[in-house]
Amino acid sequence: MTKIALGECHPFEAASRRFLYLIPSAAVFALDDTSGAVVDALSAGNHSVEELVEHLSQRFEASDVETCLAELAGARAVIPEPSRHPEVSTDAQARIIPLTAIPLSTLVVNVTNKCNLSCAYCYEYGEDKITEPTAGGMPTLMSEETARESVDFMFRSSGSLPVVRLTFFGGETLLNFSVLEKTIPYARARAAKEGKRVEFSLTTNGTLLQPEIIEFLADNDVGVTISIDGPREMQDKFRVFHDGRGSYDVVAPKVRELLRRHRSRPIGARVTLTSGVLDIGRIYRHLTEEIGFWEVGFAPVTTSPERAHAIGETGFDSMLSQFRELGQDFLNAALDGRHHGFSNVRDTIEELHKGASKALPCGAGLGLMGVATNGDVALCHRFAGSEDHKLGTVHDGVNHDTQRTFLETHHIDQKTDCQTCWARPLCAGGCYHEAYTRYGTTEAPNLHYCDWIRGWTESCLEIYGEIAIRNPAFLRQFDTNGVESTVKDDTLKNEVPNGSFHAD
Amino acid sequence: MAHFTPINQKAARIVRGVADAVAQRRVAAGKDGQVVALQDGPTGPQQPVGPHIPLGCSFAFFPGWEVDANGGTAGLCQPVERDLFDCHLGCFWPAQVPDQLNHSPDWTSKCATAQKDWRKVDLIFP
Repeated sequence: MTKIALGECHPFEAASRRFLYLIPSAAVFALDDTSGAVVDALSAGNHSVEELVEHLSQRFEASDVETCLAELAGARAVIPEPSRHPEVSTDAQARIIPLTAIPLSTLVVNVTNKCNLSCAYCYEYGEDKITEPTAGGMPTLMSEETARESVDFMFRSSGSLPVVRLTFFGGETLLNFSVLEKTIPYARARAAKEGKRVEFSLTTNGTLLQPEIIEFLADNDVGVTISIDGPREMQDKFRVFHDGRGSYDVVAPKVRELLRRHRSRPIGARVTLTSGVLDIGRIYRHLTEEIGFWEVGFAPVTTSPERAHAIGETGFDSMLSQFRELGQDFLNAALDGRHHGFSNVRDTIEELHKGASKALPCGAGLGLMGVATNGDVALCHRFAGSEDHKLGTVHDGVNHDTQRTFLETHHIDQKTDCQTCWARPLCAGGCYHEAYTRYGTTEAPNLHYCDWIRGWTESCLEIYGEIAIRNPAFLRQFDTNGVESTVKDDTLKNEVPNGSFHAD
Repeated sequence: MAHFTPINQKAARIVRGVADAVAQRRVAAGKDGQVVALQDGPTGPQQPVGPHIPLGCSFAFFPGWEVDANGGTAGLCQPVERDLFDCHLGCFWPAQVPDQLNHSPDWTSKCATAQKDWRKVDLIFP
């Protein structure tokens, strides 16, 4: 008798309901008593349909169980029992990479590789840097001409996308404000010619914000992300000037002025968490309530494990419990229909709502690329200037063979360690740069933070389920599909993520 | 869905997809009176549920599609059926071999005897 089994899925509970997160489709379904009982029975062991109906006959009508099984089977939550010795793998799934050139939606332009701070943990200048920023005659500042060529490259590579995003990055971005200031009107003019829209953003440490710069950013609707670590004692631990002086007292008043004047785009803070700076609730409250940021995103430092600022195992545990606490605040706000600025939750909830199932962990080398000061195009801003991670130049374009090989070798199906993990639709192995710093190769999955990723994804699933049941109206903000999603997922087994840029 | 409620967008798409596949099966089974398939017959491993792939059609040399839904060859690439549906699309009609003039000139160098060497031939994208 043919038996049936539970398909790959992750059960979770929220709002006193039971849910299944299906893998690899990333669909979220709610269970009722019947489907819950079927899932429980199949979790205990595989059965034939007849056995199952018989087993549940005390509690449910046979016809109900059969309808329920059909629904579960339709979504592949229930599958035929896999053969123990398959001659041909029934799961053989081809890796599917889009055949056509992938349009570029976001270009990150490193307008300088110089910085006026010397944060010990910096991936560009600190102990774990990939290349000497000035190696191979790399210019310190990007020229106006290279910036213009970058803009041309962006429009040339954007295919039929109606909106493109240009992000300025560094080093300290504002050290090259003069080029930035000329590039924005140039990009606008190009966009008008192309019949497209261009959006601008930048990341800065905030030390060089002057009234006229703030004025310019506000007038041009430039989205701004400030790298800042929290209150004075936390900010000044690592974010110091070359002479060791802390930067808090310089940055805080300038950021307050920016927030006062620049209202056209939400201003976010980006916090780097280290072994010494991990008081997430305090950092969040300081940056939102006391400084006035609209949202705050946290990211653990990217570093080799032996560094003093690296977050160890206990640090990840503490980070997770604090994320959960702040996530609870986010949930309460969402249930009341209020804004909450904990962007880590918001971003994950959005991905869960859309059902993102990633073939690749991020948009790097796909819809997003980074440009070094000399015009070399790399996977992303973190690899800008690295000869080993170069995809082409803004002048000559991208080598599509190199790009294709990269996408194939980094596909989730190549990451054996990830194949049994239920969190892989969202994580897909994690940041290439993190992997490179830890393991010396972009191809490695980031095994050092698996527990943390699963713990955090679990929390976000619970928050998502709670909102979906108790205040589904909150999720409507994610319903409009962004223009950047160009890949129709019914043509792909795994969607490729769009190039949306989580500033860092 | 009485017992298994779609919550996120992906789940809703799956439910729609399943409903479409059921509708297609009804059509294929002649229940709705529309002729779509090249040949009626029981659906088997060669004829997965949705998307609808016309029976007998092969857009490239694709092992596994050399037989029809009944496991034989009678239903493959009959000219009269081609005339009804899809003969102008991606099919290399009437023989299931790649186009050796334009797209795959070196095909025979890897695959002298298709019966023995077909594993050496990759998918060919025209």
